Amino acid sequence: MTLLSCKEATRLLSQREDRKLAFGERVALRVHLAICNGCRNVNAQFKFLRLAVRTLSSDGNEENAA
Amino acid sequence: MQEALLAALAAGETAFGGRSNLRTWLTGILKHKIVDAIRRQSRERPAQEFDPQGETEFDSLFDGRGHWQEMPDAWQQPEGALQQKQFLAALEACLAALPERTARVFMMREHLGLETAEICKELGVSATHCWVMLHRARMALRLCLEMNWFKR
Repeated sequence: MTLLSCKEATRLLSQREDRKLAFGERVALRVHLAICNGCRNVNAQFKFLRLAVRTLSSDGNEENAA
Repeated sequence: MQEALLAALAAGETAFGGRSNLRTWLTGILKHKIVDAIRRQSRERPAQEFDPQGETEFDSLFDGRGHWQEMPDAWQQPEGALQQKQFLAALEACLAALPERTARVFMMREHLGLETAEICKELGVSATHCWVMLHRARMALRLCLEMNWFKR
């Protein structure tokens, strides 16, 4: 198994939101995240983006319901 | 994306009694404009030339071995930001700043919740192309929010 660079890890973190990663990719990513603080932060930020867009979409509706 | 914003701006707030409805309305317009645009595009432009390695615009973030030039920091209290109108406005501005096609794919995925396979099919592009555009959108939004909100 090859070690991922941060650039490759970041690309997989994004793709993980859009497709099921292969077993080898999941293992490589897990190993990388275990040792890389920066990529862990990016992971949290990608997940936050999804939440933020959903909040933006539902924001008006909640206001109407209130 | 820009079309939707322009249409929204052109109609102005006179169409609505209060500002609280503006975002609901904008979201609705976005949704419909996106669907219109997809239909138009699948008829007129089945595919575009595309560089499969095309993530070069973010290369400067990494060194020659693909490691971060500058380690990304954690964002402080992102959940708290979601409660703030100014943050949501900053997010809207960041979305509007994306290249139109990138923004459309990102909104199809994250706002409409479509599967990547559906998006690729509608746009007539490969799955790889879709993933690259989604990755670009996330990288750009991450940088935009960091500059305009989390590290102001």
